[in-house]
Amino acid sequence: MINGIWLGMIIIGFLFAAVNGRMDEFTAAVFDGAKSGVTVSFGLISVLVFWLGIMRIAEDAGLLKKIAKILGPIVAFLFPDVPKGHPAIGYILSNMSANLLGLGNAATPMGIKAMQELQKLNPDKETATPAMCTLLALNTASITLIPATLIAIRLNYNSADPAGIVGTTLAATAVATLAAIAADRFFRRMTLLRKPPKPPSAKSGSAPLAKTSLPNSSLKG
Amino acid sequence: MYQLISLLSAWAIPVMITFIPLYAFTRKVPVYESFVEGAKDGFGTAIAIIPHLVGMLVAISVFRASGALDFLMGFISPALRGLGVPPEVLPLGLLRPLTGTGSLAYTTDLIRVHGPDSLIGMIASTIQGSTDTTLYVLTVYFGAVGVRNGRYALKVGLFSDVVGFVAAIAVCLLLFG
Repeated sequence: MINGIWLGMIIIGFLFAAVNGRMDEFTAAVFDGAKSGVTVSFGLISVLVFWLGIMRIAEDAGLLKKIAKILGPIVAFLFPDVPKGHPAIGYILSNMSANLLGLGNAATPMGIKAMQELQKLNPDKETATPAMCTLLALNTASITLIPATLIAIRLNYNSADPAGIVGTTLAATAVATLAAIAADRFFRRMTLLRKPPKPPSAKSGSAPLAKTSLPNSSLKG
Repeated sequence: MYQLISLLSAWAIPVMITFIPLYAFTRKVPVYESFVEGAKDGFGTAIAIIPHLVGMLVAISVFRASGALDFLMGFISPALRGLGVPPEVLPLGLLRPLTGTGSLAYTTDLIRVHGPDSLIGMIASTIQGSTDTTLYVLTVYFGAVGVRNGRYALKVGLFSDVVGFVAAIAVCLLLFG
């Protein structure tokens, strides 16, 4: 799907540029886009380096495992195939709470770290696991208590009630998140039905990998 | 309630950055060395994202600059005008999942032109605040671990964008319409 969307945007862009006589703009847009890709990635360096450092301290201190143990049951139903007490749970929880508080700078590094931990559980390194898809669903819907950027912009334009959107945003984001979770569940089930998990003998993975796929197959029934 | 949440928001990072190393120190973790060790991965991760982000942003940028996005917006706006939804906010539904900066710029412009407390301003703010940039999140998260096949993640993200968009408009029409 991502291949189709990517190619589609470029081809449709080319056709429109041809019809509208915007070939120069097309070329400029290519290099603008490439430049902002690099700029954004470089912007991530500072937050990633810093937060991954802090999170390593938390991991070494056993704090993440502790959080995973205490709050794990809350996310267990969302991530049934992540083993209990796995560090990924700690990162997922940190990512979710950072999103909740509107701390985008902290949420992204923690989300990436959670992805890296989930990747360790992944038998096929190039294909997303259901747990990764769930994490992405939560992040694209990104439930937020405080839309800080927008409050700042509204304040800037002399709003009588800059925080007046907190309630409406919370309602909309809650609905979007519920929809994301429901859709994630739906597709997860669909893929499981379509492609029943391979018998254990076909799996080349080690024992812990086979173990983690157990709750996965039980979902089918 | 809002005061409480924003206070929590402001305190969260400073408290975490102070508490985590302090806690680790009591557990006899060599905090500074541990920090440096973990921080090392940050650079590589950010660099790993570059090809993904460049590819995606080029496609989006071309799509916008060619006029294709404008055409699509012009096509959709009249179709939904009949529902009592101000047509000005509709392009946001298309922009939001594609580009965070693009949709933020568009929202800011709507707020500037129509006023932050107008119906359009409220709807635009709510749409902008209620979801994240799906394509960006997918690109960065999958890019960071080198996953190529994202399976149904994109479908789920776009679906929740549509739901969030409709919910944002509905709740604003209900409260301020």
